[in-house]
Amino acid sequence: MTTTTVSPRALRRARRRQSFARSWAAYRSQRTGMIGLVLLGAIVVLALAAPILIDESALSVTRATGERMAPPSAAYPLGTDETGRSILALTLWGSRLSLVIGLTATVVAIVIGTTVGVTSGHIGGWYGWIALRLSDWFMVLPSLVVAIALLAVLGRSMATTITVIALVSWPGTTRLVRAQTLTVQSRPYLERAKALGAGHWHQMTKHLLPNVLPLVLASATLLVPSAILMESSLAWLGLGDPSVVSWGSILNRASENGAVSAHAWWYLLPPGLAILVVVLAFMMCGRALEAVFNPRLRGGS
Amino acid sequence: MTERSLPVDGASVEAPSTGRGRASSGFGRYLFKHVSGAAVSLLLVLFSSFFIFRLIAGDPIDQLTKERPVSAEQRAAMRAEMGLDRPLWQQFWDYITGTLTMDLGESFQYRRPIFDLIVERLPATLLLSGTGMVLAVLLGFWIGTRSGWKQGSRFDKGHVATGLVLYSAPTFWLGMIVILVFARYLGLFPVNGMRSPSTPPDFWSQAVDIGHHLVLPVLTYTAVVYAGYLMIMRSSILDELGSDYLTTARAKGLRDDEVRQRHAVPNALLPTVTLVFLALGSVVNGSIVTETVFSWPGLGTLFVNSIFYPDRPVLQALFVLFSSSTILAVLCAEILYWFIDPRIRRS
Repeated sequence: MTTTTVSPRALRRARRRQSFARSWAAYRSQRTGMIGLVLLGAIVVLALAAPILIDESALSVTRATGERMAPPSAAYPLGTDETGRSILALTLWGSRLSLVIGLTATVVAIVIGTTVGVTSGHIGGWYGWIALRLSDWFMVLPSLVVAIALLAVLGRSMATTITVIALVSWPGTTRLVRAQTLTVQSRPYLERAKALGAGHWHQMTKHLLPNVLPLVLASATLLVPSAILMESSLAWLGLGDPSVVSWGSILNRASENGAVSAHAWWYLLPPGLAILVVVLAFMMCGRALEAVFNPRLRGGS
Repeated sequence: MTERSLPVDGASVEAPSTGRGRASSGFGRYLFKHVSGAAVSLLLVLFSSFFIFRLIAGDPIDQLTKERPVSAEQRAAMRAEMGLDRPLWQQFWDYITGTLTMDLGESFQYRRPIFDLIVERLPATLLLSGTGMVLAVLLGFWIGTRSGWKQGSRFDKGHVATGLVLYSAPTFWLGMIVILVFARYLGLFPVNGMRSPSTPPDFWSQAVDIGHHLVLPVLTYTAVVYAGYLMIMRSSILDELGSDYLTTARAKGLRDDEVRQRHAVPNALLPTVTLVFLALGSVVNGSIVTETVFSWPGLGTLFVNSIFYPDRPVLQALFVLFSSSTILAVLCAEILYWFIDPRIRRS
């Protein structure tokens, strides 16, 4: 009998593929998760295709061709805003900014949260204690109040919006990652690694991080919708970047220009429904992912 | 998680870190630990508000005198009047002692003491968010209990779906739609504000008028918030479903309703009590947005209106007020937990 020797790398890759296939099968069995995924795919395609579908000049106030605040018509399927721009064009283009801000802020928050979570769980001591206290403190503060206060003094731009949303979003991930790190830490294979002389860096990157990543993915998917909601609230309050169009900023203009008292439902519905659908799609995916990856849920049913 | 977070099916609801009780931990010790923790958090809020509004924000004189010709002497006089010419540590000390003695300074836009402004507007905020929160908790818990009890039923699926959709709607947008439909199209309720100027001044007319104005904001607020409580209660009930004590209760021959209400609900409520307090951060978030949509004369509207003036002393005072009230609410939850969960006492 010939034993085929498999290189460790190939073994690792095969294992990863296997566990990915297992997770995917578990995910696929959840109907809401699949609906969310399809919705999300459609939205991302629409956002990416925006420049092909409608030219960017449709966003220009000075080159607007429509009537002011006109109800839907053949030329403007979703009506126009107070300067005569097509609401359809605004909503389509707005998706790009809302998604970019939501995703970027989440990535920043996840990177901070995971780093602080793994290091504080692994290193512990004074550093771990301070990190835990600080994330607890951030968690208790009302996020919108902190975000408004910071934006009010930092000024309005895309970068500040992203920074501020990330700053109020990281503690949840930290707590989750820290708890998972502490669990993994006590397992025998980590002791083995330590006995073989693995340093902190090796333990954290080769053993702890791969173990917490699936949970991080699930929590990230649930962070995106709250980041998008936060961005839209801030933009609606007038704290968004004034030079770009997002769903929140469209609704900000709508309320500033009396769309509600003008009964301009076509001005209010598209951007709001867009936010709702995107948030819902992310939540459906995130909840399905969490059900796949969270060990506490997996064992139950 | 941040603004909103929903537990997933079967995810047991975690109580906040109530501390790993040590062998000899009595109530005094427990209390001391949490009170001192809250005190440090409050101090951190004061530090950070000074940091944000005095250090990052730059010179308030520049902002106040924007686009107005002001001589150097006038600027110096303004600085002296506001105490900005003094060393930073002294300004910080004045700020801390001022805040602790309720001397919050004067508002730039109203030219009145901020403390008076807050006292004047607090009742409106408490009325709106208090009513909304009570309704959201009752509704969420009521539906959540029944949803979890009959997991997978049509009732469960329908309510979870409705809750998730409302939960995904931006509060301000829902408010605008509610105004459009119920106030503009149907004309059933006033568009905004808390009272109409034409109402007679006697108590009952005023109360009815305020109640009339209250309906739409509370509706909006409850619609967005209740789903969170629904999911919390639902997953808490799901955690209890397989428990032995429920089998015992059934074996005694109790009706299904009795098993649910007398046995499952009290146990499921335990972990949710603290979550209700912990959710106070989102209560503040929600009421700021709701108040702004409906021009409700409360603290949230004051906060938002101060952004663009910019009325920095008001922003700073409200930042401290909102943040410290959530910290104190969590402290209350932790103290309450001692009395309702005997496990903490025993450990």
